[in-house]
Amino acid sequence: MKVTRRDLIAGAAGAVALARTAGAQTPADPTKVRGTPPRALGDRASTARVQRIVRGQVVSSTPLHDLMGIITPSDLHFERHHGGVPAIAPETYSLLIHGMVERPTIFTLADLKRFPSHSQIHFLECSGNLGRTAGPETTPGMLAGLTSTSEWTGVRLSTLLGEVGVRSGARWLLAEGADAAVLTRSVPIEKALDDALVAYGQNGEALRPEQGYPARLFLPGWEGNASVKWLRRLEVSDQPFMTREETSKYTEPFANGTSRQFSFRMDARSLITAPAFPNRLERGWVEITGIAWTGAGRITRVDISTDGGATWAAARLQEPVLPLAHTRFRHMWQWNGGEAVLMSRAVDETGYMQPTKAELLAQRGPGTATYHLNPITGWVVQPDGRVVYKEESWA
Amino acid sequence: MTRGIRQGVFAALLLAAAGAAFAQSPARYGLGRAATPAEISALDIDVRPDGAGLPDGSGVSSAGATIYASKCARCHGATGKEGPNDVLVGRVPGDGFPFAADPKVPHTIGNYWPYATTVFDYVRRAMPTTAPGSLTNDEVYALTAFLLHANGIIEAGAVMDKASLPKVAMPARKYFVPDTRTQTAAKPKP
Repeated sequence: MKVTRRDLIAGAAGAVALARTAGAQTPADPTKVRGTPPRALGDRASTARVQRIVRGQVVSSTPLHDLMGIITPSDLHFERHHGGVPAIAPETYSLLIHGMVERPTIFTLADLKRFPSHSQIHFLECSGNLGRTAGPETTPGMLAGLTSTSEWTGVRLSTLLGEVGVRSGARWLLAEGADAAVLTRSVPIEKALDDALVAYGQNGEALRPEQGYPARLFLPGWEGNASVKWLRRLEVSDQPFMTREETSKYTEPFANGTSRQFSFRMDARSLITAPAFPNRLERGWVEITGIAWTGAGRITRVDISTDGGATWAAARLQEPVLPLAHTRFRHMWQWNGGEAVLMSRAVDETGYMQPTKAELLAQRGPGTATYHLNPITGWVVQPDGRVVYKEESWA
Repeated sequence: MTRGIRQGVFAALLLAAAGAAFAQSPARYGLGRAATPAEISALDIDVRPDGAGLPDGSGVSSAGATIYASKCARCHGATGKEGPNDVLVGRVPGDGFPFAADPKVPHTIGNYWPYATTVFDYVRRAMPTTAPGSLTNDEVYALTAFLLHANGIIEAGAVMDKASLPKVAMPARKYFVPDTRTQTAAKPKP
C-alpha cells in the first residue's frame, strides 16, 4: 500500500494524455454536427475516463475520488490477487463440494445458475486497506481504494449445502480458488449457512475476471481475502485448515503480545472522497462527501469535522442506506479561506464508532500488520484552497 | 363423457397440485452430479494441522537445500533471510512475540507461522511462483524439512513425512488467539 512519488507522476501523465484525446473529438457546437450512431457496446465519455490505480503485480485500487453514489463500476472494482488473474473457460468450470457431506457433488456453472438466484448489494474490502506511509499528495483512492460496492448475484451457499447434505459435526469449510496461488481460506459453517453466496454476477452481468469469473465465494461484510475467487472447491470439515492466508497472513499482532486470527468482520469506517487531494477549493459553499461502510450491518451516522476533530456535526446519509454496503454521506460547508482540517467518523447500528489512529495504536501497537486498520483520516485545506492528505505517522 | 369430465377434473387437480409444488422450495433441486473418488482426490490437496491430507513421500533438509538453491533462493535469498520476497528464516530471542511493538521484525516461518503443516500445504499449492504446483511430494517434504531446519526447529537429519510433520511444534503457536468480536452482522429489525 505504499504510495510513491512515481505513482503520482504516472497518474498525472495519464490524465494529460486523456485530455489531449478528448479535445480532438469534441466539436465546437454539437448542435451543428450529427452525432454518432448506436453501438453494440458503449464507452465512457472521452472526457470522463477514470482508471484504477495500479501498484505492482497484485493490487489495483478503486479511484474513490472519481466516483459518485455507492456503486462501483465493475471495471473500477479494486483488485487483489495472489497468483494473477486466471483465464477460466465457463464451459469447463466446475465447483466440487465434498468432505463431511452426504453427497459429494460437482456443479457446473449452468447447474449453479439453475438454483434460485439472489442479488445483494454489498461492499467488498481488502483487510489491508490503508496506506500508512502515504504523503500529502495522496488521493482517497490511493489511501483506501481497496473497497468497492457491487450488486452481487448468485446462489446462496446454504442452498448448495442443503443440496449436498452437511453431516452433523461440520464446523468449517475450506474454500479453494482455481488461480495460480490455489488460494484457500477456512470459513465457519455459520457464515456459510447465513448470508454467503456463490456469486456469478456483478452489477447485472457476469463477474469480471479480476473478481472471480466464472464464480466466486462472497461473504458479505467480511475481509475480502476470505471471499475466495475462481472458486473450484469447498470441503466441509470439523476444524479449520490453518492455511497460509489465515496464519502467516491476515492475522494482526496486538499490543498484548498475541496475534488475532480469523478476524473476518470489517469494522465501521468512513472516508471523505471530496474535497480531497488533488482538489482545489474556491471560497463559498462546498459539499463534503464520501462513503461509509461497516461489516456489522447498517451505518447509522457519519459525523463531519472541519476543525480537525474539535467539533463534529452529523452529515446527511443518502438513501439507500443498505446493510453491508457503502453508504454515501453529504455535508454542506462554507469555506471562507483559511486552513481547515476535514474529518469524518462513522457509527454503525451496533453503536460502534470508527476509532482514531491513537486508539488503534494503543490496541495494536506501531508494529502491527496493516490488516483491519480503519482510523479516522483527515484532509487539510490550505489557505490557497489546495487540499492535501493529513499525513500520519504510525511508527 | 362423464368419464371424460372426470379425467379432466383429475388432470386439473393434478396441475393444481403440481403448481403448488413448483411454488415451494424443495429440500433438494436434484442439480449437479455425484463426484467420483478419483475426481475428489485430483483436487483435494489440502493439509490440516492434524496431518489429514498429507501424502506419501518424505524428505530431509540436505535434499531440500539443493532444491531451495535452484528454485527458491532467487526470491527469498540465499539463506531465506535476504528477500526480496517474504523472509522465511529467523527466530526471536527467547521465542518472544515482539511484532506489535517493532515493525522491523519480519514475520518468518520460525517466529510467526503457528503450524508446520501449513508450510507443506502452501509450498505444494503455490510455489515456486514461476511454476506453481510443479514440485513432487518428495520435493515439498524436503523443502519443508530445509525451512524448518534453517529456522532451528528440527534437527539436520530429521525426516519429514506424513507421520513426523504434524508432530513438529512451532514456537509461535501459543500466541495466536481467535477473534472475539461478533462476526455476524446485526439482523434488520422487524
